[in-house]
Amino acid sequence: MPSTTTELMDVTPMIAARKLYKRFGRAEVLKGVSLTIDKGEVIAVIGPSGSGKSTFLRCLNHLEVIDAGEIVIEGDTLVDTDASGCCRYAPEPELRRICRKMGMVFQQFNLFPHLTVLQNITEAPITVKGLSREAVIPQAEELLRKVGLLEKRDAYPARLSGGQKQRVAIARALAMEPDIMLFDEPTSALDPELTGEVLRSMRQLADERMTMLVVTHEMAFARDVSTRVVFMDEGEILEARAAREMFASPAHPRTRAFLEHML
Amino acid sequence: MTIQTRIGRRLVGVARHDGMTYFLEILQPLLEGTGVTLHVFLLTLALSVPFGLGLALLRLSPWRLVGRVVNGYIWLMRGTPLMLQMLFIYFALPFVPVIGVRLPDFPAAIVAFVLNYAAYFAEIFRAGIQSIERGQYEAAKVLGLSYGQTMRRVVLPQVIKRILPPMSNETITLVKDTSLIYVLAMNDLLRAARGLVQRDFTTMPFVVAAAFYLLMTLVLTWGFQYLEKRHAVYDD
Ligand SMILES: Nc1ncnc2c1ncn2[C@@H]1O[C@H](COP(=O)(O)OP(=O)(O)OP(=O)(O)O)[C@@H](O)[C@H]1O
Ligand SMILES: [Mg+2]
Repeated sequence: MPSTTTELMDVTPMIAARKLYKRFGRAEVLKGVSLTIDKGEVIAVIGPSGSGKSTFLRCLNHLEVIDAGEIVIEGDTLVDTDASGCCRYAPEPELRRICRKMGMVFQQFNLFPHLTVLQNITEAPITVKGLSREAVIPQAEELLRKVGLLEKRDAYPARLSGGQKQRVAIARALAMEPDIMLFDEPTSALDPELTGEVLRSMRQLADERMTMLVVTHEMAFARDVSTRVVFMDEGEILEARAAREMFASPAHPRTRAFLEHML
Repeated sequence: MTIQTRIGRRLVGVARHDGMTYFLEILQPLLEGTGVTLHVFLLTLALSVPFGLGLALLRLSPWRLVGRVVNGYIWLMRGTPLMLQMLFIYFALPFVPVIGVRLPDFPAAIVAFVLNYAAYFAEIFRAGIQSIERGQYEAAKVLGLSYGQTMRRVVLPQVIKRILPPMSNETITLVKDTSLIYVLAMNDLLRAARGLVQRDFTTMPFVVAAAFYLLMTLVLTWGFQYLEKRHAVYDD
């Protein structure tokens, strides 16, 4: 039966992180973080500053190297740890292939300043996938239309507002057709009146069933858009529950204290 | 013959034929000298820029030892006079065991200039590369670009914009430094002019040589201005 087949395929988690450990010098930043994310889930990661949210995200796509643990992306092992505690990453080409399944949006945008908006979006498909300019331009324009910035296609990033920059960054990540999108505080560098346009693009993406992992201080977004909320504190995940439950009745006292402080 | 009589003869000479005729007479040797100067300049530039870039990349590589060796090399090349390096390669290198080779004057000069200028360019490139924010590397990596692609497509294009002013400085200095090859008895522009001054006892060849140098640096200044303007289409 076709439906069974799809269901079987769907049980492979998009991201399976098990017992991640990470230290910077003496500071233990991740202390055995585990999280499994299924297809189409939108996970909001919340928690106090310095609790390891960014580090967790950055470990998933190899921007940081873990000390121990296991990360499996759509069934492919990015890194695992053997019985002796030795941590092994996949060989370079495999590693790059796995990481390419994840797009990322940074707090500071990190657009390429020397390229126009359109070139920012087409750069990776041309350079990495080897596609021709002609082939990728229509797709890039379609993405720009989606984030509402088609008229800025030939502008340089310096000429854009923060909100526009971040929407270009989203389009740039989507151009590589990732299966998972990681967001590290995408609206934290923006003026309050500009967060709405970025959150709208993210909401649209969630409606299209994109698997998303979003570190955010936007409690409204966490409550309204995410399927699950993860609360991190001092390098650990204290709870991970459906958004509505989490906000209605946080189980852990530290979660409760944090939410009271935020809302 | 005394200085006075030489001046006297020269004055007679000037009186005999006008300045224009003399100018045309010295133009030929001075142009030949300019040819030698340009030859050294262009070859040095063409070879030392890529060599310097390579040194900068090695200097910034994760291999500590390689970085230290490059540092030592840059110290050596910037810490001793270019003229000494040229004399060493021409006169002393043939007697160095194993690597010793005897180079004719022109190649010896080019090798010295390239080795020396690459050290300066390496420092310019290093500073430029280090000025690019980590976020640019991370964005490139997350999009799937390899290290080489990141350098070629993301980092170096931005570096070029930032290093144009110091590169312009260094390149103009190189034009004038080419005059050092006179120690290997090659007839560059300045040596040609000096020869004429000593022969004819008039300062006109110096004036013409100065005008030629100024012309060359003017072209370079314009070239770099053009490049800066082209890169000014975006702000960092
Ligand atoms: N590259 C690094 N070197 C050293 N320490 C680091 C590094 N990156 C992060 N840390 C430390 O790790 C801890 C967790 O940092 P992380 O950025 O993951 O926190 P966060 O939860 O994202 O905080 P915020 O909400 O402020 O962004 C902090 O104490 C931070 O100082
Ligand atoms: Mg953070």
